[in-house]
Amino acid sequence: MIPACPLSALPRGEALRIETDPPIAVFHTEDGELYAVDDTCTHQDASLADGWLEGCEVECPLHASRFDLRTGEVDAPPAKLPVRTHQVVVRDETIYVVPSDLPPNLPPGVRTGSA
Amino acid sequence: MKSVAIVGASLAGLSAARALRAQGFTGRLTIVGAETHRPYDRPPLSKEFLTGRMTTADLALEGDGEDLDAQWRLGVAATGLDRVGATGPGRGGPLRVRLADGSAVEADGVVIATGAVARTLGGGLAGVHTLRTIEDAAALRADLDGARRLVVIGAGFIGAEVACVARSLGIEVTIVEAAAAPFARALGPEMGAALAGLHEDHGVRLICGAAVRTLTGDGRVDGVLLEDGRRLDADVVLVGIGARPAVDWLDGSEVKIGDGVLCDSGGATSVPGVVAVGDCAAWFDPALGVHLRVEHWTGAARRPATAARTLLSGGAAVPEPLAPPYLWSDQYGMRIQFAGHTMPGDEVSVEEGDLASRSFLAVYRREGRTVAVLGVDQPRSFTRWRRRVNEPVGAR
Ligand SMILES: Cc1cc2nc3c(=O)[nH]c(=O)nc-3n(C[C@H](O)[C@H](O)[C@H](O)COP(=O)(O)OP(=O)(O)OC[C@H]3O[C@@H](n4cnc5c(N)ncnc54)[C@H](O)[C@@H]3O)c2cc1C
Ligand code: FES
Repeated sequence: MIPACPLSALPRGEALRIETDPPIAVFHTEDGELYAVDDTCTHQDASLADGWLEGCEVECPLHASRFDLRTGEVDAPPAKLPVRTHQVVVRDETIYVVPSDLPPNLPPGVRTGSA
Repeated sequence: MKSVAIVGASLAGLSAARALRAQGFTGRLTIVGAETHRPYDRPPLSKEFLTGRMTTADLALEGDGEDLDAQWRLGVAATGLDRVGATGPGRGGPLRVRLADGSAVEADGVVIATGAVARTLGGGLAGVHTLRTIEDAAALRADLDGARRLVVIGAGFIGAEVACVARSLGIEVTIVEAAAAPFARALGPEMGAALAGLHEDHGVRLICGAAVRTLTGDGRVDGVLLEDGRRLDADVVLVGIGARPAVDWLDGSEVKIGDGVLCDSGGATSVPGVVAVGDCAAWFDPALGVHLRVEHWTGAARRPATAARTLLSGGAAVPEPLAPPYLWSDQYGMRIQFAGHTMPGDEVSVEEGDLASRSFLAVYRREGRTVAVLGVDQPRSFTRWRRRVNEPVGAR
């Protein structure tokens, strides 16, 4: 479990990027839900934490594919692959992320430090 | 509508095919493309593909197993558009797309998506390149290997990106631009000048306000001669002076052409049953009151959905408001993003960051409206500001 930040540090409508390898984006939706997905878009090297959060979806800041934060599914090209989702836990007013053990769908040319 | 022919098998053509199918079109779909390749993505050609970080396979625009139930006619160019048994303007049978191999495709609807071709300087010297296709990129890459001096003619985005790649290979780079500042047409003179600094930071020599007289060399290019008499040595020259719409094949058809295929704000051309999308098309922009040919990826990817609706409804669908043009460019690891349209006289102010740090967000205003936004390494604030383009200043 990776500590992300105090709950109070991530207001609704905001996103946070955690510098894990690969980085993870944590979103706090307007409805008060918390979600975590891989921060790097599956199309190219863009940070989803910089994207436009609307409902349970984030629009990639670079080419506007939208990812469903609950499932990671993408709505339309250019991104073709879903983004990996992670579990979020809030304990003692702190946000934690439980990283998925599935392989990430990183875009071509982007590699993790370990692979 | 029982059948549609799409001419041009790249981003706009593929996006049109997807949109037609998504909107319930089940008829015969034919996609004609002059290149032999399946649709591929062009932006990486001056970025990750040129550096070798992306391969040909990575450029594929279609998804694995994606099936649009279309007949693909690749490697054959369209040469004309008319009607079977035409009896007068706009009258006759189905539309007919004539192909270079002598065959033809008949259809009730036609989508023109033939894009643009790079402008050249002529000459025919080896070592002189333009960049539009996979083959162009491969040839440029091969020539940059071992080159010492590159001259880029034209300070547009493609030229600037190639300059970055060449610098990363240790090549000496000079950019020659006829206007007073680089990127001036797209970004206006002030922000163009700000981006000039970015290139100078990375050791690129930028010569603005200079016209090229001729390229010199015997068989292979060895230099660029400027009108003012200066001579620049070069092993490789990239001509990056823009692109012209690929609409010659429509000569003699009834489709009205200006700077590209003239369309209304839903993509309809002057001919019923014919729409145009992507780099070849100049849609009427109601916010600006002019036809504007937008040569950016996002428009070529998104506008076909509107054009498909126009086509399938026989022109009855009311087009949704046009999203402002949007482009991005990657230079020296920095992400440049621009949305909207700027004209001489716009007021520009830096709202976040500052020019000196090369990380800033600038807003363009005209007559009380936000008309454009430029972000340099400011993706998060750009995401927000971009939504304000075309809003009155201070609307929120
Ligand atoms: C090197 C490069 C880098 C770029 N970088 C960026 C970027 O960073 N950001 C951005 O927003 N945009 C960028 N662009 C622009 C973007 O790629 C274009 O806007 C986009 O490709 C337009 O798609 P299109 O389908 O309209 O046209 P095109 O991609 O030009 O495709 C047109 C297709 O039609 C075919 N064709 C032409 N004539 C005929 C005919 N008579 N019959 C049959 N087929 C025909 C052509 O062979 C071609 O395959 C870049 C472009 C290039 C070349
Ligand atoms: S980088 Fe996200 S859609 Fe292209």
